[in-house]
This record gives sequence, structure tokens and C-alpha cells, in this order.
Amino acid sequence: MLHLIVKYMWWTVPLLLLSACATPQPVLRGTGDLGVVIERATGQVQVIETSGRKSLAQVSGLGDLSHASVVFSRDGRYAYVFGRDGGLTKVDLLTATIAKRVVQAGNSIGGAVSQDGRLVVAQNYEPGGIKAFDADTLELVADVPADYGTEGKRSKVVGLADLPGNRFVYSLFDGNEIRVTDLSDPRNPKTQRYPAGKQPYDALVTPDGRYYIAGLFGEDGLSMLDLWQPAQGVRTILPGYGRGEQALPVYKMPHLRGWAVAAGRAYLPAIGRHEVLVVELGSWKEVARIPVKSQPVFVMARPDGREVWVNFAFPDNGWMQVIDTFNNSLVDTLQPGRAILHLEFTPKGEAVWISARDDNKVAIYDTGTRRKLAELPAASPSGIFFTSRAFRTGF
Amino acid sequence: MAHGRYRNVFLASIAVAAASPASAQDALPQVQPERVRELVHLVRQDCGSCHGLTLQGGLGPALTPPALRDKPRESLIATILGGRPGTPMPPFRGIVVEEEAAWIVDRLSEGFPADQGAAR
Repeated sequence: MLHLIVKYMWWTVPLLLLSACATPQPVLRGTGDLGVVIERATGQVQVIETSGRKSLAQVSGLGDLSHASVVFSRDGRYAYVFGRDGGLTKVDLLTATIAKRVVQAGNSIGGAVSQDGRLVVAQNYEPGGIKAFDADTLELVADVPADYGTEGKRSKVVGLADLPGNRFVYSLFDGNEIRVTDLSDPRNPKTQRYPAGKQPYDALVTPDGRYYIAGLFGEDGLSMLDLWQPAQGVRTILPGYGRGEQALPVYKMPHLRGWAVAAGRAYLPAIGRHEVLVVELGSWKEVARIPVKSQPVFVMARPDGREVWVNFAFPDNGWMQVIDTFNNSLVDTLQPGRAILHLEFTPKGEAVWISARDDNKVAIYDTGTRRKLAELPAASPSGIFFTSRAFRTGF
Repeated sequence: MAHGRYRNVFLASIAVAAASPASAQDALPQVQPERVRELVHLVRQDCGSCHGLTLQGGLGPALTPPALRDKPRESLIATILGGRPGTPMPPFRGIVVEEEAAWIVDRLSEGFPADQGAAR
């Protein structure tokens, strides 16, 4: 045995030297149970693993992450991190290094990846519009300004989602419009415009890519576009849900994504009301309105759709509530920590990761027992994003 | 719980402000360092969800000294307390008192302090 070690040990010296000098070599592993946690105040992300409930590495130098969001490459290896400051960073989850980084706008809030995985598209506040980049090189391939009106103004863009056919749908906060841009020939983008309700603040596309629903800040109701019949134009759903009552203050804008869909219905945060609105997809009938603790921010269905977990705006952001979608009733109220900013379910939903910004931790809960399984330290954590998003339309 | 914590601090700071002859924005950081820490955290983090952690703007406008230079102090204080109807800016009356809004405006005008984290 000893003679074998001595005989082969001389190999390890140059190997060790080589690995110290070269770019980090990825360990041989899959990425299906990986994800990132945004550490917003320090411009870092943690690469985490849901199977082991552990942090694997930290990547820094990502700029202002105060409203960071993340999408994943279709191979699940790279995270595209969109920073508030317009930074777009491609992070290699296997080596925990920055593969590419560009500053593509003055003020950005997120993005999406095309159906074929070749384009990563950013939605920007300043200058208002969307930009498409080569997903491999981050080279700019299309710049589509969100101009509106007759004075050359550009609108902040919200609610960007990918659609089949390398199309992208998004909303104009200032322009009160929904737009669909076809990037199947990225050098020649084609945009369709649909007048929508007042001040769309975010939007979602249903997992089948059919319905696009934009939440409205400026009126009681939501704007819905049937993408299978776009010629019918935008229809207002849940009109007048506030019943003309004085809206309560909204200290944090809610976020909408396809996670709102469960059991054939959409679970939507009411704006300025402490309610979750439930609407049946297709018929657009109001099914229920569920009174909750405060202004909902994320109303997120567990992947099986049986439960919807809700967090709340400041100053009630230490609370969470759980809705049973079988009878649309509240079944639990939790206090996982101070300043709960985000939650993310594991791909099949047995656990949920919850960021508690002011406790500098991520809490992991068993969704069956609603007991805490583990806590991970994280500096001012906000968004949590798992690679399973790579395979879902609208994420 | 969050309501309760803030409310207690408000009452304490109102009591101190009422007893003190000095102007509130001078007195506040000296008498309530823990409240100052809370206010800085509130502005950086929670105002920051629309205005950006660096206050360079987002859904809401930038709150940097150059951006605020031509804005009257009183109207900025009124905006914090009463919000701006028709926009997403909500009223913060009930979360900060007037003296605290004035303190925030004065700090914003000179360059806002760095966040030291949440209250302990």
C-alpha cells in the first residue's frame, strides 16, 4: 500500500498546482437541486443546494441587488442575475464564479429566457424598454424601447414573461399597455400593442402560456390578455374588487408570476386591501376573497397547488399565512422571522425556503408539518431562486 | 408585533421631543440612537424597495442630494407623511412622526447614512 502511495504521489503535486492556477474546475454533479439566495445589501449571491439544505459557495461583485431577480439557463448551470443598477451577471453555479457580466441599463428589475434558451431578455425602468442578449455571450442582439404617447416618452417595463415562439409579453407601467414582442428573428423584433388598465405594476402568464394577467395599481381590477386569441384585446377581470372603498396604503408592491395558479384558479393579491382574490381561469368569475393579515406581496402556490403561502408588506412583514385551496380557507399563520421578503418552494414542494432579511437568515420549512427544518445564515437575504424555474414558462 | 415595537418607540420619542426645547432634528439622533438606526434601516430597506437601496430610484424617483436639490423641504416632509395620491407613494404617517420625517428629509438632502442593520 505504502509503496503505491509513494509511487503515485508525484502525480498529485503538479495536479494540485494546476488546479490552483487554472479556472475552478466544476465538481461532477447535477444542478437540479441548486439555487441562489440574493444577499441584497452586499451585492452577493449564495449558491445553495436544496437536497443537503446547505450553502455551497458565495459569489460577490454583482452590484446593487436591492431588487434583484434571477432566471436560469436551460441547462440549469447558469444563473442570470438582474441587478437594480442595470447589471446583468451570468453566474456559473458549478464553479461559483462570474462567467460574464454587463451593465445593460441604468435601472432594471428582471428578465426572462426565451423558449429556445438562446436569448436572455431584460426588462428595464431606465431607459424604459426590453433588451435581448445572447444567452451565451451576453452580447446585445435587440433593443426594443417602450416608447408611448406622442412626446417620445419611454415607460418603465414590468411583468416580463417568456412565451412560446420566442415571444415575450410585458406591461408598460407609465404607458398603460400590454405588449408582445416577437424575437424569433432577434434582429427584426415585431411588437404588438394592446391598451390595458391603469398603471400595471407586475404580471403573470399562466403555466400553459395562454393567459397574461397584469395587476393594476391605478384601478380596481386586473387586465387579462388571452394570448391564444389576442385579437380580442385586453379584458378587465375582477372589476371594482375594492368596491369603491378607500384603498389602504401599499408599502410594497405585490409580485405576480405563474405561481399564482392553483387548482384551475388564480390567487391574486388585492392592491390596497388585506385580501387574496380568487378567480376561476377562463370564466373569470370571482370564486372567493380571503381576508388575510395585511397587504399580500407574494401569493405563491406550492407546486402541487394544494396550498398557497402568502407573505406581507412592511410593517407586517414578519408574518406569513397559508391558504388551503381545497376550501379557500386560512389554515395557518406563521412568524418565520423579521422582514420576510421572499419564499421559494423546492421543485416538488416538500419544503419552502423563506428569507428573513432582518434576522440575516434563510429559514427552511417542511410544508407538510409547517415546522422549521433548518436555518442558514445569509446577509440581508431577499430573493431565493431554484434552478427548477429554468423549465417553467413565465419564470 | 412590528406595530407594537414601533409604536412604543414613537411614544418615547414624542415624549422626549415634547420635553426638549432643542429642534427635533438636532435632538433626535442624540436622544434616540436606536430609533435613528431604525429610521436609517427603514429608509434604506423599505423605502429602498421602490427607491433603491442606493436611493438611485426604481419605481419611485431617486432620493439622492442632486435629485432633491430643487424640492422644497416642507413638500418632501408632506410627501413622506401624506404620500402622493395617484402614485404608488404611500403615506407614512403612523409609521414616522413629523419630526422623524423632517430628520429623514434633512439626511437625504446631505447624503443618507449607511444602514447599520435592523434594530436589535
